[in-house]
Amino acid sequence: MDAFLIQTLNGIVNGMILALVASGLTLIFGIMDVVNFAHGELFMLGAYAGVVWLAITGNFWAALLAAAVTIAVLSAVLQVVALRPLLGRDPLYTILGTFGISLVLQNYALWQFGPVPRKLTEPLTGHFRFFYLEYPYYRIVMALLSAAIIGALWAFLKYGKYGIWIRATTQDRVMAAAMGIPVPIVHTVVFAIGASMAAASGVLFGPLVGVTHAMGADWVLKAFVVVVVGGMGNLAGSILASIFISLLEAYASLIVSPAQAVIVAFVALIVTLLVRPTGLFVPTPK
Amino acid sequence: MLALQDVHTYYGKSHILHGVSIDVRPGEVVGLLGRNGVGKSTTLKTIMGLVRPAQGRVVFDNHDVGGMPPYRVARIGIGYVPEDRRIFRLLTVLENLRTGLDRHGLNEARREQLLEKVYTNFPVLRERRNQAGGTLSGGEQQMLAIARAMMLEPKVILLDEPTEGLMPRMVGQIHQIIKVLHAEGVAILLVEQNVPLTLEVSDRVYIMEKGVVRHHAPAAELRANHAVIHQYLGI
Amino acid sequence: MPAARTDNRGYWIGFAVVLALLFVAPLVLPEFWRRFTTEILIWGLLAMSSDILIGYTGMVSFGHSAFFGLGMYGAAAALLTVRPPNLWLALLYGLVAAAVIAAFVAFFSTRLREIYFAITTLVFSQIFYVIIFTWTEVTGGENGLTFRQPALGVPGLFAIPFTPVTLHWFVLAVVTISYLLLRRITQSPFGMVLQSIRENEPRTRAIGYAVERYKIVAVMLSGLFAGLAGVLYAVQNKFAAPDFVFFLISGEVVIFNVLGGMGTLVGPVAGAAFFLLLREGFSRFFTEYYLIPVGIIFVLMVIFMPQGLLGVWRRQLNR
Repeated sequence: MDAFLIQTLNGIVNGMILALVASGLTLIFGIMDVVNFAHGELFMLGAYAGVVWLAITGNFWAALLAAAVTIAVLSAVLQVVALRPLLGRDPLYTILGTFGISLVLQNYALWQFGPVPRKLTEPLTGHFRFFYLEYPYYRIVMALLSAAIIGALWAFLKYGKYGIWIRATTQDRVMAAAMGIPVPIVHTVVFAIGASMAAASGVLFGPLVGVTHAMGADWVLKAFVVVVVGGMGNLAGSILASIFISLLEAYASLIVSPAQAVIVAFVALIVTLLVRPTGLFVPTPK
Repeated sequence: MLALQDVHTYYGKSHILHGVSIDVRPGEVVGLLGRNGVGKSTTLKTIMGLVRPAQGRVVFDNHDVGGMPPYRVARIGIGYVPEDRRIFRLLTVLENLRTGLDRHGLNEARREQLLEKVYTNFPVLRERRNQAGGTLSGGEQQMLAIARAMMLEPKVILLDEPTEGLMPRMVGQIHQIIKVLHAEGVAILLVEQNVPLTLEVSDRVYIMEKGVVRHHAPAAELRANHAVIHQYLGI
Repeated sequence: MPAARTDNRGYWIGFAVVLALLFVAPLVLPEFWRRFTTEILIWGLLAMSSDILIGYTGMVSFGHSAFFGLGMYGAAAALLTVRPPNLWLALLYGLVAAAVIAAFVAFFSTRLREIYFAITTLVFSQIFYVIIFTWTEVTGGENGLTFRQPALGVPGLFAIPFTPVTLHWFVLAVVTISYLLLRRITQSPFGMVLQSIRENEPRTRAIGYAVERYKIVAVMLSGLFAGLAGVLYAVQNKFAAPDFVFFLISGEVVIFNVLGGMGTLVGPVAGAAFFLLLREGFSRFFTEYYLIPVGIIFVLMVIFMPQGLLGVWRRQLNR
């Protein structure tokens, strides 16, 4: 029973991190039709940036913020230089372009930081006690902060002038431009926002595992699964799907090894595509 | 103020516009008539920068706008109301208006003013201001599309078949709206299939056929001379 | 049409020249480059198989590592379980394994559009990776499987062990025959329909073609030849490892296709050669970080030269 409860909590915590990664991915896809294969590397570079900034500032939260900003700037540059020329062409080319970028970024990290995992020290130690259960404080904070960031994103999109610009561009980029909205700039900004969310996830998740150059690959696959199961471009769906899949995975790892539990996510994808291809968590269109 | 000079436009390999020359003077209502597929919508899209002209110039207020990105074209004073309206269905009526209202260079008071003016001209939009655009009827969406373009305070508005798909009694409403715009001093380039309406509201009319302008005359002349209309439009 | 025939003659002359060069190569090249050339051929075959889907049918697949890997492990199974190790059995097992997976993927290909199909194939290859990586008792897990190289021959009649040179010739023969077969297929009415699906699927369907059936055949074809490449790799190297089922391999295959020119069959082979040479070259300077400059070159080519090295000649190569 204990194990089950702990795994439930783990599932929710991991689900929130996955939701943060997936929201960035689905935001980018929704507005520019770009399947960002490099998203996992942005997660990974975010974690490394966190390590670097932590060494400089000594404060985890400052490092989190600095890392998110660093990656936002880097990704804005990447988008302008490498992705803007590809928009409007066959979607195959953006998939290839982002794939190429992911290769470069991954090996760049290997080159700069070496193969030995880096430690990102967590800001809080200690366990939360609930009856006889003990659960690390930090993990709870992770989940809450992820939820807060996603909530902030949602509020930003719903209220405020730029939120309207982003939503309008997502729905109809031609008419958005006809209304004077600077669509190319909106694209770059949204890409940067999505990337910084991935980076923040990397920093938050960093303390749980070692930071290595390959840590992004796993996450990007799961994020893709989430985006499909949750419905492409559907923010609420991605969040629900993230938690759903992470819970399944957490429970599965009680039975099989964690390496194998990953298959659960993939099976969820296949079931979704067979049964309800628009997404399991998408309301049936009327 | 707005002029196309010998413009050629292609969609991929199809040569749609074969040297179109049109001009619109400040405050004028100019009609653009022609059968389906002659290139009327393409003309508007070329002006708006949605398609790049292969040859020829598009000049607005002494700027060469051929090849300018659409958002800049909108910002220098050209409004666009496309076929099918294309309002933002998932945004509320107010949010639709705000896509134009929230631009630089307007203070809060001015924004309130513009909004009030639109609500006065289109009371139904005030009623439905917090409803999603997609829930509006066809006629209401058309009004929203025009009101939205007006938020940019454009010098010229490109109207692409505003009466298409609307019930006959709505046509009168469109007529009213065009009159209101005209009274404000906004020039209009009106593409339409509805000949009587066009002849009534326009100052001058161009008739297109197969990607070129075949005839050009003041509307008054065409109202009297049905033969020309019959020749090019078969009505 | 005289012009077309001269062009074609030029093509076949070029083809003969390249073939001759490849035939002679193992006799004059040092050991390392000999193996290298053989590997180029094998990866070239894999890239060709992928071109059927990407270049001719317009279906992006990141799942070729699964077909390749299963061909490899299938061959391993034959070579480990049956004594003496039999080349033809290895081929059979490998092709059957690849065909089974191809059937799965083919099923999904008919129901999914581009991006969803691409992601699904990616996920499929990862599923196989995880299974192979963790099912240590059967697949050797992380360490893979090693086995003896089979001899060329007919059981009971004769058996000639391979030398590096004769193995190269064997691979060359298989790859050349595969190429000629695939070329025949892509030039046939069937191939024309595939290309029509790539250009405009709804229209092809509207004309009356059963698009689903064509896609299924395309996937099976692609999977089989990819599996064949896997068998060749296993025979050449005498081992099977999970690394080859990891989705990065699929990514590399797609890179070969784009670099070399999609829809040309030979383009992807050239792309494989180009990539592997770049990798060799850059490894000298950058050691294991060769993917940084290679990756940058790849991105630049996607932006500025999307038709690939041989893509300019796509029409001529498809005569």
